[in-house]
Amino acid sequence: MKLKHTALIGAAVAGLLATGHAAAQEQFIGLPSYRVGPFGANGASLYGGWIDYMAMINARDGGINGVKLTWEECETEYNNARGVECYERLKTKGATGNTVFQPLSTGITYSVLEKVAQDKIPMVTIGYGRTDAADGRVFPWVFPMISTYWTQASAIINYLGTKEGGIDKLKGKKIGLLYHDSAYGKESHAILDKLAAKHGFTVEKIAVANPGNEQQAQWLQIRQMKPDYVILWGWGVMNPTALRTAAKTGYSRDKIVGVWWSGSEEDTIPAGDAAKGYTAAGFNVAGTNYPVVQEIQKHVYAKNAGNMADKDRVGSVLYNRGVVHGIITVEAIRKAQEKYGKGKPVTGEQARWGFENLDIDNARLTQLGAAGFMPDLKITCADHEGAGKVKFQQWDGTKWKVVTDWIQGDQSVVRPMIEESAAAYAKEKGITPRDCSKES
Amino acid sequence: MGFFFEVLIGGLLSGVLYSLVALGFVLIYKASGVFNFAQGAMVFFAALTFVGFQEVLPGWTGLDADSNVVFWLAFVLALAAMIVLGILTEKVVLRPLVNQPHITLFMATIGLTFLVEGIAQALWGANVRGLSLGIADEPVEWIMESADILVSKFDLFAATLAGALVASLALFFQYTKVGRALRAVADDHQAALSIGIPLQHIWAIVWAVAGFVALVAGLIWGARSGVQFALTFTALKALPVLILGGFTSVPGAIVGGLIIGASEKLAEVYIGPFVGGGIEGWFPYVLALGFLLIRPEGLFGERHIDRV
Repeated sequence: MKLKHTALIGAAVAGLLATGHAAAQEQFIGLPSYRVGPFGANGASLYGGWIDYMAMINARDGGINGVKLTWEECETEYNNARGVECYERLKTKGATGNTVFQPLSTGITYSVLEKVAQDKIPMVTIGYGRTDAADGRVFPWVFPMISTYWTQASAIINYLGTKEGGIDKLKGKKIGLLYHDSAYGKESHAILDKLAAKHGFTVEKIAVANPGNEQQAQWLQIRQMKPDYVILWGWGVMNPTALRTAAKTGYSRDKIVGVWWSGSEEDTIPAGDAAKGYTAAGFNVAGTNYPVVQEIQKHVYAKNAGNMADKDRVGSVLYNRGVVHGIITVEAIRKAQEKYGKGKPVTGEQARWGFENLDIDNARLTQLGAAGFMPDLKITCADHEGAGKVKFQQWDGTKWKVVTDWIQGDQSVVRPMIEESAAAYAKEKGITPRDCSKES
Repeated sequence: MGFFFEVLIGGLLSGVLYSLVALGFVLIYKASGVFNFAQGAMVFFAALTFVGFQEVLPGWTGLDADSNVVFWLAFVLALAAMIVLGILTEKVVLRPLVNQPHITLFMATIGLTFLVEGIAQALWGANVRGLSLGIADEPVEWIMESADILVSKFDLFAATLAGALVASLALFFQYTKVGRALRAVADDHQAALSIGIPLQHIWAIVWAVAGFVALVAGLIWGARSGVQFALTFTALKALPVLILGGFTSVPGAIVGGLIIGASEKLAEVYIGPFVGGGIEGWFPYVLALGFLLIRPEGLFGERHIDRV
C-alpha cells in the first residue's frame, strides 16, 4: 500500500516535471479572432486557415525545432474595444507571453499601436492597418507586411495599364472609385490622386455609407459618369451589393477591379451570376492545388482535426490568406530561434527581430509548398512591407482564376509617400527614427 | 430629367423594402406597445434558417437542391421556425414581464436581439450564402427602350410582393375575427381582457405574423445582397420610416418608406457631392428628426391628448 502511495506521488512529481518541461517548449500565439458578428464569415475562414497551418506544423514537424505552437482565440467581433480587451487578456499568456498580435482589423490596429511598443509585442498587419507603418525606422513594432493599401492601389493602376496595352494609355481615361466611407476606404484617395496626376487619368470618388447594403444612387451616378473602370474598395456586404447593383445598372463586371478585401468567395457567391467576370487583387491566391494546402489536408483534415466546420471553404481566398498568416508567423519564429537559440520559445522582443529579418525567397516558398501561393518577401529595418506585389484573380462564376503574375506597385511613388507620412507621425509623437545602419 | 426620375423611382422601390421591415415593428408595437428591437435579428434568423434548410433538405430527402419542392419546403419549415420563435418569445420573454414598464420590455427585446443572432449563427454557421428567388435583377427592357429609365425587374417584383403583403395584412386586421381582436388589444389591453379576448393568445399570433413578415423581408433582402449578418442592419433602415410614418400605422409604414427611400437617394445624388458623399446612411435620420419637431406622432400615428 505504501509502495503504491509512493509510486503515485512519484508519478505526480514526474508529471509535474514533464508538464513544466512541456510548457517551456511551447510558443504561445494569441489570436484576437472574430467568428460572430458582421464579419464573422470572413474571420472564420481566415483564422481557420491560420490555425490549420499551425496544427499542421505541430503534427508534421513536431513544432518549430521541437517547440510546439499553442494558441488561444479571443473573440473581438471586429470591435475596437473588445480588440483592446483581447490584447490585454492575451499579452501575458504562455511561457514567454504573446509572441505576436495580429488583429485583422485596422481599427484595432490603431487602438493598440502605442501599446505594442510599450509591451514589446510585435504587431503584424498583413494587408491592412496603418500604411505608413511600413517605415520601420518610425514604427519598429509594426509590420504591415506583403503589400500596403497604397502599393495595392498602385498595382491596380499598373494592372489597368496592362489591360489598356501600356500605362501611358491610361491618359485621358476616367476611373471610378467606389469606396467604403470610412478611414479604410479613404486610404485610397491620396495615392490615387498622385497616380492620376502622374499618368493623366481622372478619378471620380463615390462614397458608400456603411454597411453598404444599398447602392442604387451610387451606381446610377456611375452610369451617368461612364467611367472606363471602377475600383471597388469595399468590405463585407458592400461588395456583393456593389456587384449586383452594377449588373442591375448595366455596368460590365469585367471593368470592375476590387481590392483584396473585396475579392473573396464571401463577396462573389452572394452576388450570384452578377459576379461573373469580376476581377480582384490579392496577395495570395485561392485553390487547394498548392502543396501547403495539401499538407494541411493530409496531416490535419485526414485526422479529423481541421478547424473549418465547412471543409468546402478550405482553399478559399480567405482560408489561404490565413495560411499565409501562419507561414509568416512560423517563419519569423524560426528566424528568431536561429539567433536566440533553436528549440527554445522566443519572447515578443525576439520575435520582433525575427519578423524584421524575415527573408522568404522563392526557394524557401518552394520548400514551404507555397510557390505562387504568396509573393516572396524580404523585410528590413527600414522596410516593413517586404513584397509590394499582388496578383489578380477573376471570378468565373464558381471559382477564382488567376489571370496575372505578381504585379509590383510603383515604389517610386509609394515609398516617398510612406516616408513623408511616417516622418509627420514621428514629429507629432516626438519619435526619433532609428538609424538602420546601426541595427543588427 | 430622365436621370432624376431614374433616381426617384429607384428610391421609391427601395423605400417599399424599408417599409417591409418597418411593418414587422408596427405589428408588434400595435398589439403590445413593445418596440421590438429584435426585428432586424428576426429578419436575419428567418433568412438564414431558410437557406440553411435549403442546404440540408436535399441530403435529407434526396431531392434536387434547385427544385421548387425544396424551395417551398424550406419556406414552410422556416416559417414554422419563425412561428415557434414568436410563440417562445411571447411565453418566455414577454409573459413574465406583463404590466412592467415599456422600457423593461424594450430592454428585454435588446437582449432577445443578441440571443436570436447568436442562435441563428450557432445553428447554421456564419458563412455568407447566396439566395436566388428566380427573378433576374436587371432592367425592364421596354421602360429602358421607351424612356431610357432604368427600373429593376427584381425591385418591381419585391415592391409588388411587399404591397400585396401589406394589403393582405390590412384586410386581415379589418375583416377577420382575429384581426378585430388584435385591434381591440392594441386599443386597450384591459378592456380587451374584460370582454374575454385572450391577450397572450393574440400576442403569440402577432409575433408569429411578425415572424412571417421578417421571413419575406429576409428573403428579399437576402436575394439582394446575400444572406449574412448584415441583414440585421436592415432594422436601421426601418427606424426613420417608423418615425416618419408612425409606430402604429400600417399605411404609415408604407408612406414613410416611400418618402425615406426617395429622399435618401435624391439627397445622395444631388446633395452628396457637395458634402463628400455617403450621406444616405444618416440623411433619413435627419429628415425624420426634422419631421419629429413638426409632428411627433408621425404622419399616421395616433395623436395623444393628455387631459390636465
